[in-house]
Amino acid sequence: MTTILCRYGELFLKGGNRHIFLRALANNVRAAVRDLPEAKVSVPHGRVVVQVADQARAEACSRLERVFGLVSISPVATVLADIDAICAAAVMEAQAAVERDPDLRRSFKIEPHRSNKQFPLQSHEIACRAGDAVSVATGIPVDIHNPALRVGIEISPQATSVFAERRPAPGGLPAGVSGRAILLLSGGIDSPVAGWLAAKRGLAQEALTFHSPPFTGEKAKDKVIALARQLSRWQAVSTLWIAGFTETQKRLRAAGRPELAVVLYRRMMVRVADLLCDRAHCGAIVTGENLGQVASQTLTNMRNIEVAGRHLILRPLLTYDKVETTALARRIGTYDISALPFEDCCSLFVPAHPATAARLSDVERAEATLDVAKEAADIAEQAERIVL
Amino acid sequence: MIVYLDNAASTPPLPEVLAAVTHAMTDLYANPSSAHGLGAAAARALEQARGEVAALLRAQPPEIVFCGGGTEANALGLLGAAGLARGRHMVVSAIEHPAILRSAESLVSKGWQLSRVAPAPDARVTVESVLAALRPDTAVLAVMLANNEIGTLQPVAEIGRALRAAGRKLHFHVDAVQFAGLVAIDVATLGADSLAISGHKLHGPKGTGALWLRKGARVAPLWDGGRQEGGLRSGTENLPGWVGLGRAATLCLRNPQAGRAVAALRDRLESQIMEAIPEARTTVPATTPRAPHIASLLLPGLPAEPLLHALEARGVYASAGAACSTRAHGPSHVLAAIGISERDAVLRFSLSRLTTESDVKVAALALREAVDEIASVVKVRRRDTNP
Repeated sequence: MTTILCRYGELFLKGGNRHIFLRALANNVRAAVRDLPEAKVSVPHGRVVVQVADQARAEACSRLERVFGLVSISPVATVLADIDAICAAAVMEAQAAVERDPDLRRSFKIEPHRSNKQFPLQSHEIACRAGDAVSVATGIPVDIHNPALRVGIEISPQATSVFAERRPAPGGLPAGVSGRAILLLSGGIDSPVAGWLAAKRGLAQEALTFHSPPFTGEKAKDKVIALARQLSRWQAVSTLWIAGFTETQKRLRAAGRPELAVVLYRRMMVRVADLLCDRAHCGAIVTGENLGQVASQTLTNMRNIEVAGRHLILRPLLTYDKVETTALARRIGTYDISALPFEDCCSLFVPAHPATAARLSDVERAEATLDVAKEAADIAEQAERIVL
Repeated sequence: MIVYLDNAASTPPLPEVLAAVTHAMTDLYANPSSAHGLGAAAARALEQARGEVAALLRAQPPEIVFCGGGTEANALGLLGAAGLARGRHMVVSAIEHPAILRSAESLVSKGWQLSRVAPAPDARVTVESVLAALRPDTAVLAVMLANNEIGTLQPVAEIGRALRAAGRKLHFHVDAVQFAGLVAIDVATLGADSLAISGHKLHGPKGTGALWLRKGARVAPLWDGGRQEGGLRSGTENLPGWVGLGRAATLCLRNPQAGRAVAALRDRLESQIMEAIPEARTTVPATTPRAPHIASLLLPGLPAEPLLHALEARGVYASAGAACSTRAHGPSHVLAAIGISERDAVLRFSLSRLTTESDVKVAALALREAVDEIASVVKVRRRDTNP
């Protein structure tokens, strides 16, 4: 059996609602490890503790590193509440840590935490005893002010644990505590990152993508499904809606001057997202829009797009540079999928010179030639739903 | 209904091939190298398959080296010859399959120099241009029999004759992956040293191929091990696959007229398409010597991928240029070499001896509809770009 200690960060700041956040976090942690052998999650004071069978340790760690709300995790050695056992474990953990990263040999410190007041030694004495043992066994010098390696010892009424490894987790808020949203997901680089960032601030999302056969092929669809799956590994997205867009897109294309087309498509997408928000009880729409990146992402056009819908539109990437977005996409594992060649929203439908500041009256006049509400309702009605 | 016209990408395995593979997998599971009777039975089946492949190429059975596919057979012929060569110069046609081109390019970092012979506008290299590229230190030459994207035949036998007439001692490797199966090949007439074929292009199993290596010609193995296949291809024999390849070869031989029949269907497909769509044309003149099964059609100003999806929606399966270069690896080097613009769609319809008259009709009609559907969107775009 392996025990993994999970720490959460800013949840502490949430005064009266703290228990709500903590329950959500525990539930998300449970969902992350549920299918692993002998998985058990408990929530002692100030921590989430995960236990899994030894053979599932690596998988459990890699999943917990993707749970929003956790700031770091440590696989720990659980020992008897006995100072000799604690010292022996401290030596072993320290040796294992410097083997993984020889740089840590520079210096170390023991960080005891004694909440079990029945334990006969006080924190300072525990630190001295364990520090002696580690320094004798490994030869690493002690530096209590700026240590390279920190060996933690936690003595609580429930268990005594020793650890030297701290793996960073993404931080943020547990997915779901901030509410629910519809993520407009394409096969590009930006929108998956936007969904990830929104989840980091506690949004649970259902993704919505638009498919225009024959202008987009099955492989483009598979690509978006793969992106949604990757986001689901972060608990950022639970469901993917695939909406057929071809016929509406053709009618919109014909409705107005070609340079209005992009704004017309985006407004329709927002209308469809609105309807799915109603259906899936979501309070906002998340997009990968980025100020000034393309023609539809000017202030004027974002406004034109926003007023077509009823819901709040969130744009986590608004101020990101492409370089920043790309770096994040690589980190969260969506970049390689986004980089596949199959185009999602066929460039054929995009005019050569889209308007950067469409006049709303022009846009509305173009839309008046068709029943936009009915088009949106039909698209939403016929959308295919995939549970990830 | 499925109208499958992507046979240059892969062909459906024939029922007799499936039966042979199943039999070999079920009953001939022993290792052909084992000393016992079951091993001997497997070894006999292997040698029978070798004989069948040899017959397809009019070669001697010991000249056949079974491989794990066309790419591997090409690598063994090309890199294997390079491994024993004294010279450090290689000549290939510029329109070879990536299996040859990228393998050849991989030698550049090992001190080799590489010359690529550009084709004429009809997508064929000329004997003269190949000879002109040869240098005294040229050790390896590779020219394909039929181009995989547009099907044009390369003058392999003429090159072979010219090499002999000039008394050139180099290794001449031929990629016949896209050619073998429909038209009889007689390796003795090619003047080549090695020739590669692939199982799944002639209704055999995927992951199977063979290299014909002329008696007396030598290549170095790409890796070592148990020294199966005369030491040239170590690894336990893929008996079910190779038995399937042998059966597929025999079935090809049983249909000596298949090439002519397929060519006639191909011509009909081309003429029906050009009748239905006046702006369509073949990428090379229809009189160019071509493999019988590939129709390569150009549709000016249209995007290829949406056309393929529109065809697919009508049950017709084809490729743009070549299946393995669709979009994923950028524009086709073959089409670029003969000056075809990326703005035009080039569709490859590839037939097999299973293709029927009605398939051809359906495909031509479907393409007509697909072009209408896509053009209705694209025309607007053209107006944008040229106000």
